[in-house]
Amino acid sequence: MAYSDKVIEHYENPRNVGTLDKEDPNVGTGLVGAPACGDVMRLQLKISEDGLIEDARFKTFGCGSAIASSSLVTEWVKGKTVDQAMTISNKDVARELSLPPVKIHCSVLAEDAIKAAIEDFKKKRAARQAKAS
Amino acid sequence: MVKLPIYMDNHATTPLDPRVLEAMLPYLREDFGNAASRNHVFGWKAEAAVNKARQQVAELIGAAEQEIVFTSGATESDNLAIKGVIEFYKSKGDHIITLKTEHKAILDTCKRLERVRQERLDELKLLRLAQLAGQDVTEENQSELLTKYDVDSDETYRKWAELPTGGARVTYLDVEPDGRVSMEKLAAAMTPKTVLVSIMFANNEIGVVQPVAEIGALCRSKGVLFHCDAVQGISTVPFDVEAMKVDLASISSHKMYGPKGIGALYVRRRPRVRIAPIIDGGGHERGMRSGTLNVSAIVGFGMAAELARKELPEESARLLRLREKLRKGLTDALDMTVINGSLEHRLPGNLNISFAHAEGESLMMGIKDVAVSSGSACTSASLEPSYVLRALGVDEELAHSSIRFGLGRFTTEEEVDYVVNLVVDKVRKLRDMSPLYEMAKEGIDLKSIEWTAH
Repeated sequence: MAYSDKVIEHYENPRNVGTLDKEDPNVGTGLVGAPACGDVMRLQLKISEDGLIEDARFKTFGCGSAIASSSLVTEWVKGKTVDQAMTISNKDVARELSLPPVKIHCSVLAEDAIKAAIEDFKKKRAARQAKAS
Repeated sequence: MVKLPIYMDNHATTPLDPRVLEAMLPYLREDFGNAASRNHVFGWKAEAAVNKARQQVAELIGAAEQEIVFTSGATESDNLAIKGVIEFYKSKGDHIITLKTEHKAILDTCKRLERVRQERLDELKLLRLAQLAGQDVTEENQSELLTKYDVDSDETYRKWAELPTGGARVTYLDVEPDGRVSMEKLAAAMTPKTVLVSIMFANNEIGVVQPVAEIGALCRSKGVLFHCDAVQGISTVPFDVEAMKVDLASISSHKMYGPKGIGALYVRRRPRVRIAPIIDGGGHERGMRSGTLNVSAIVGFGMAAELARKELPEESARLLRLREKLRKGLTDALDMTVINGSLEHRLPGNLNISFAHAEGESLMMGIKDVAVSSGSACTSASLEPSYVLRALGVDEELAHSSIRFGLGRFTTEEEVDYVVNLVVDKVRKLRDMSPLYEMAKEGIDLKSIEWTAH
């Protein structure tokens, strides 16, 4: 099947591939999908004390659309606040990359990855605050 | 410099050999006659050409020319063999044994026959229910009456259910982890009602070659017919219907450098195998397959078969050498690779390999100038990876990471070298961005993680 130019562009030049230190209290890690389904996305966000996403890194096992979806969201979330990032929906991703219906799940995974990473960050922060008090 | 794109998907189809095209051309121009026209030179010429091709095809598989029935391709041949046997031998039995790794043309044909039988049984059941209840069965009272009368254990119904239904019951045997059938399991699956065993020569995905001679001997000793889908491999591995005791065999022209849209079903004459036709009409092909013969395609098919027979020993050795070069090149350079299916019992031109933690479809995207196939079914709505690999017990992630290389007559050594370098480079690139590869390298057991299936 044919991929859109944007998917190909992200696949060939993926942005922000890499790993952040998951022990860093300011790093939230989202790991979504399953190897058996052929898609696993790991999105890591470095979030400042005032809730600004300073950095984003991803690694993805999956098809070209999955790689492009994760690459795209790392670009989108950087510089956004946590609340703004939470409003990114899979529809935005699918539209931007012109994903065909069979690839919509890739964009869903990207949205899930953002939410999972933010949740992980919030959990860490809550645990830290509980410890401090 | 190699010419791009490179074709390495010869299990899907093969290019037309130029010598085949040359042989076909006159029959697309001046020699256009109908082989069934008995009273003029146009018909005689066409008939002579068909006879020659029939001889060429028969010779490739060790058959006699009267045993070759031309069809539109192997899918039709598979349908004709299975449906034809089930209909013709319905008074003898209705049980088929096949493998879970067979081609869909076999599996879906079997499934249809199972449905036909089930629908017939459902009808009989309602009929008997009405008799037992002494009243008409309607949609409203049906479930109530069914709980009242146990039709399933009713003796008359059970007797009816053993009568021919026009359908079949089917056993889909598992294969061993190397992709081959277990002869013990095959023997154990046979019942007095078994009329047909349908097992392929070589698998289209993993290239694993089945022990066809052993299967043939077993079937002959049990009085069961043996159909073999011999689409893959007959141009690279010797296939002989006499030595292997095959009763019916499906073959295809476009998998051995002939034109598409033409194939054949071998139907044994001694001991005689009978089949009912699935296409009725003018009684062509001794009544087994009506329809005007596609003369030019048949001529091409014949030429392709002759070339395959003459060049088989050399071609087989050449392909094996190239395949091994490809395999060693990939497995020496990359860690965590798995060859799917037996390496020993494999078509010389096939390599089905999984690159753990690098997804197959994205790898294909990375090597877009090389035509291959993947067991990853990310494009299908079901998201299910290859049923063949799953039948082997291949882990689903590895199935998603599999690539099938199919080398062929026109594959060159330069192409193999180019592909090795390209694939190694792209697999490394994908693994660099794979969270699974990173975790595996850190020694994390991926099976221990609770994944969120989607």
